[in-house]
Amino acid sequence: MNMLKKAAAVLLILATAACTDPDRFGGGAGGADGAGGAGANGGVAGSASDPASPLYFNQAIGDRVLFVVDSSTITDQGKTILDGQAQWLLTNTDYRAVIEGHADEQGTREYNLALGFRRANAVREYLVSRGVPAARLEVTSFGKERPIEVCSNETCYAQNRRAVTVLSFSAITS
Amino acid sequence: MMKHILAVLLVLVLAVPAMAQNGPLRLTITDGVIEPITFAAPNFEAENAQAQQVASDLSRLVVQDLAGTGLFREVPATAFISQVSSFAQPVAFADWRAINAQALIVGAVAVNGQQLTVKFRLYDVFSGQELGDGLQFAGTVAGWRRMGHKVADAVYSRITGEGGYFDSRVVFVSESGPKDNRLKRLAIMDFDGANLQFLTDSSAIVLAPRFSPNGDRVLYTSFESGFPRINVLNVANVGRQQLQTAPGEMAFSPRFSRDGRQVIYSLSNGGNTDIYRTDLSSGQNVRLTSAPSIETAPSFSPDGSQIVFESDRSGTQQLYIMGANGGEPRRISFGDGRYGTPVWSPRGDLVAFTKQNAGRFHIGVMRTDGSEERLLTSSFLDEGPSWSPNGRVIMFSRETQGVAGSSTMYSVDISGRNLKAVPVQGGASDPSWGPLQP
Repeated sequence: MNMLKKAAAVLLILATAACTDPDRFGGGAGGADGAGGAGANGGVAGSASDPASPLYFNQAIGDRVLFVVDSSTITDQGKTILDGQAQWLLTNTDYRAVIEGHADEQGTREYNLALGFRRANAVREYLVSRGVPAARLEVTSFGKERPIEVCSNETCYAQNRRAVTVLSFSAITS
Repeated sequence: MMKHILAVLLVLVLAVPAMAQNGPLRLTITDGVIEPITFAAPNFEAENAQAQQVASDLSRLVVQDLAGTGLFREVPATAFISQVSSFAQPVAFADWRAINAQALIVGAVAVNGQQLTVKFRLYDVFSGQELGDGLQFAGTVAGWRRMGHKVADAVYSRITGEGGYFDSRVVFVSESGPKDNRLKRLAIMDFDGANLQFLTDSSAIVLAPRFSPNGDRVLYTSFESGFPRINVLNVANVGRQQLQTAPGEMAFSPRFSRDGRQVIYSLSNGGNTDIYRTDLSSGQNVRLTSAPSIETAPSFSPDGSQIVFESDRSGTQQLYIMGANGGEPRRISFGDGRYGTPVWSPRGDLVAFTKQNAGRFHIGVMRTDGSEERLLTSSFLDEGPSWSPNGRVIMFSRETQGVAGSSTMYSVDISGRNLKAVPVQGGASDPSWGPLQP
């Protein structure tokens, strides 16, 4: 039965995938997630040239959008990326996503958690507005706890103010 | 306007005499105090041979505690004319006056197996009187530091008329690893950095622990599930469980009520963050704010009737006060920049906060009506103030900038003096200063 196969696949992914790995916060801005083997969307075959692969999602489409200081407004560049993400998610319906919001280090811990959440939610709302079922999208925030760039100037801050769409392979059974 | 107010305050403060010249020895702690009380603390008498080492260590700890406040200055033993060989012998006040020791601390220590007994007397040298009655503490040899802190607390309290803070503990986040993959775990230590113990491992990010009022439990935010959730940890057995909050996508920034029965915290849903309260015994949840802006970092007033918190409803982070059941808040911060992480002082008179302005971070205090704002520190990134049990000192996190940036805890008097790093191995952040221990 197809359902059972899917359920088995879900269990397998839950048991092995990196989606529960606390240290999965993305490699460089180039989307090196898959390169390390333990990347966010690892576990499913497919190279970056395969449009149905998570690697393609991460690298060719782009798994993240960036924000200006203290803002959760999706930029025009961000919209282009999210349009691509939405299209991909609508095509590859066995995937869910957790959208992780992040902030740069210039802010207090609690506020940055709330700000990261705002950013993640802005991405979710945009994807939903493009037809992605809300049930496939979860949001969380790491505030300023997981920068990907570590210098203390705007070059790095700009990369850290981000929302990353992290895929996980999981059938929607409802 | 603010400058004028500050100038007037400064004058007022300087006009207050720091120390009464007549009558018993008394240090009134005001912002104007700059001349420390001088004290002599001869090595405590060892009443038996086994007590030798502890007697010496314990007297040094009392000196370290008192001198560490910046309010007391030790007269070193090399200056002593008179030696105190016995706890019981009469004090030769003239000898101590001659070396200008205003206070004299005399003690005795006995060890019987694992039992430790400490006695001490405090003398006001210039009036030739004992200040308060002699006190005796009993404990274990292993717990000798606590006994030393208790002696120092008693001396501090008798001379200042205020509670001490030495026999207290701090729960905080111990940090290691690189900036882009920092490992964080909860840890607890004495206020001076001694007796460090870890309370969690570093498998999940943990943030901002908060002591319960009597120090038996700790609230903190954990990413165990990948989503921020609030845990309650029992300090004695390190057992922990998730706080059953109102339904939400994220829960964080918790703090206990003064009776330890309720928790206020932030809950996020649909991109929006508001403040909620949960009663620990009934499990009942109450939503306290309903605004599209970010409401977070709530802290109860000592009488439990009000809550100070931060909100960006005006466009930037500012401080507000509302009733314990919610209602229309009133804004109290009006200076330049942003204000966050407010914490009500244990005395109820002040709110400590983090201020961000012109690329710098500050720890500051203001009255609860927003007046008399005073910035105590300035750095690349200071945040997260926590009050000492007596409301005289604030501990906070300071992060240095750049690739090798790391976090250290500091303490500072609310006068802005006596800024110093809290000695802890490795990185440390988010201190929560617990109560005086019983």
